Amino acid sequence: MEDAAVEEAEVSGGAAEFAPALVAAHPLGRSVAVAVGPELRVFDLKASSAVSLSDNSGGGSHSDAIRAISFSANGALFASAGDDKLVKVWKTDSWCCIRTITSEKRVSAVAISNDGTYVTFADKFGVIWLVTMGESGGEQEPTDNKPVSIFGHYCSIITSMKFSPDGRFIATADRDFKIRITSLPKKPLRGAHEIQSFCLGHTDFVSCIAFTCLSEGPSFLLSGGGDSTVRLWDYINGCLLDTCQVRDKVGELLEPNETEDNNLSVADICPTNDGSLVAVAIQSLNGVMLLACDLIAKKLSFLKVVTTEKCYIPTSLSSSFSADLLWTVMGASNMPNQATSQLCTRLKIIPHFKKDPLAGCDHVPTVLEDSEVPHGEKLLLALQGSLDIAKQEEVLASVLAALKVSMHKMLVKKHYSEERREQRKRGRNDKKIKK
Amino acid sequence: MASGDGANGGGGGGQGKLPRKRFYRARAHSNPLSDSHFPIPISPDEVDLSQHYPRYFPSGEGEARQGDAAVPRIRFADVGCGFGGLLVGLSTLFPDTLMIGMELRDKVTEYVKERILALRASNPGKYDNISVVRTNSMKYIPNYFRKAQLSKMFFLFPDPHFKEKNHRRRVISMQLLDEYAYVMEVGGIIYTITDVEELGEWMRSCLEKHPLFEAIPEEETKADPVVKLLSTATEEGQKVARNGGQTFQAIFRRISLQE
Repeated sequence: MEDAAVEEAEVSGGAAEFAPALVAAHPLGRSVAVAVGPELRVFDLKASSAVSLSDNSGGGSHSDAIRAISFSANGALFASAGDDKLVKVWKTDSWCCIRTITSEKRVSAVAISNDGTYVTFADKFGVIWLVTMGESGGEQEPTDNKPVSIFGHYCSIITSMKFSPDGRFIATADRDFKIRITSLPKKPLRGAHEIQSFCLGHTDFVSCIAFTCLSEGPSFLLSGGGDSTVRLWDYINGCLLDTCQVRDKVGELLEPNETEDNNLSVADICPTNDGSLVAVAIQSLNGVMLLACDLIAKKLSFLKVVTTEKCYIPTSLSSSFSADLLWTVMGASNMPNQATSQLCTRLKIIPHFKKDPLAGCDHVPTVLEDSEVPHGEKLLLALQGSLDIAKQEEVLASVLAALKVSMHKMLVKKHYSEERREQRKRGRNDKKIKK
Repeated sequence: MASGDGANGGGGGGQGKLPRKRFYRARAHSNPLSDSHFPIPISPDEVDLSQHYPRYFPSGEGEARQGDAAVPRIRFADVGCGFGGLLVGLSTLFPDTLMIGMELRDKVTEYVKERILALRASNPGKYDNISVVRTNSMKYIPNYFRKAQLSKMFFLFPDPHFKEKNHRRRVISMQLLDEYAYVMEVGGIIYTITDVEELGEWMRSCLEKHPLFEAIPEEETKADPVVKLLSTATEEGQKVARNGGQTFQAIFRRISLQE
């Protein structure tokens, strides 16, 4: 049966690849960026206006789906990268692209070191590359400093990459169930060869990782994956501290026929600033799941699901350190069976994304209505691309279905039955099987 | 499936009878990049040593408890063990050390399994410390071993992958050495040997460039009883010797990072 499903996916997926829409909030709350397909949309929250991006890096603009976006820790830099093999680094004060790096392969993850000195990106073959940005932002740097490969996961797709809060480690997650914690040496241009630990426990691809910490305390790693779990790690020692099965919780919420597709992969996770909460986006779940994260007892526990309307299934989450808003976005890079070239996304905001929303007052977090969104229509128009998304909800739903198939195809190992493998072998002309 | 039948006929046979290689013929090369369809332990905690070393883990005790210092651990890994010649040689040289062979080709792994069982049956009390597992060690080394668990790793006569575009299939590379360094203890020794000069230079230069390995002086390697086995114990090594071929060794020690 599984075989049939895989084959079906292969046929219906065809050549089209879908990339999820992404959202990233400036750490200090100055701006928000949404990436969908090759489009990068930025809204300046301080000036309350859409940002027009400029580019004097001499490189081209994104021409294919953006797969990864990231702000630096202090928000001064922003990086975007994707299927067009371009890594673009932006200065966020002027939103001017200061550097365009060409990768040999498609880029699947990007990160900026905490001090803004290095930009690292990972390609679809599992190699992690590093480029030096230079103090002043690139102008004085020689332009010939090419990216150097610093380490790699052996032929696996890197799904997520983050620097630890103290800047000592770089964490990378891949489709082969692994999370690797690598020490960042003083001179990383010579390679990062010392592995601190592997965090092993996921039983399917790892889709997202995020560091979280108590203020001034030790930090921990959170991860989500295709096995419908969110896990908490002592990443220094590679120890699994707790696992939260989100499948059971989602199963109670969805109608029975919806859980049968068995595809409740964790799409994204986002911890609060103080580390007490984790927001989880799950494929097929219309809403955001909140988990309580007790870093003293080292426990993850289910808190509640903030539900949204039926067709809204977020693909990406982000929050900033300063404001207690959780930004969520839904969308995909291509539109199947659609004549319009408009790439629509849907953006929703969950306010009061902070410590224990259930305690204290009776306030339960709910999603803001469009009319309640800060900066209102201006922000929605800039980041969604259109205002009357409501009409297009069906389209979005079909996009999401296609996205799910596409992600599944990319990250999940294909399972062939013994028979089918035998049959494939028979077709090989270098192997003769006796009749 | 004809070959499968053959394997049964040649393998399981009489107690203590060595399996015959002719029934376990396999293609000489295997693609390490392809997705694997055999079971892989999720983490080293899941490696069931009682299956591999029943004499060391009598039934009833169940799985080895981790963190218990008294529980023996695998200390040597022969990556790409082929028909298992080196394991058999090392087994009697280090009778109290657990060692494992890792091989990607399933039929070859079957052969080694049968060979070890036959050796144990005909030499009671011997060969209980060696075993073999079918796996892709280029992808799954950290799934089998904890940090600093191994004291010796062997890479004997690996696939040369001559074409430049296939160099990333080589079992020694800067990237993979990071993982080997991770599973090896400081002071542990990595042994490589090949009859292909180009590959020998490649392996040596990777190890020389890697900050976590240093070359072992020649006098020291000459005194190491293991070194002699590199070229004499394995089937590949014997073949090279028969044909009067040259071999190229690179033997390095795992060191801690100097910065």
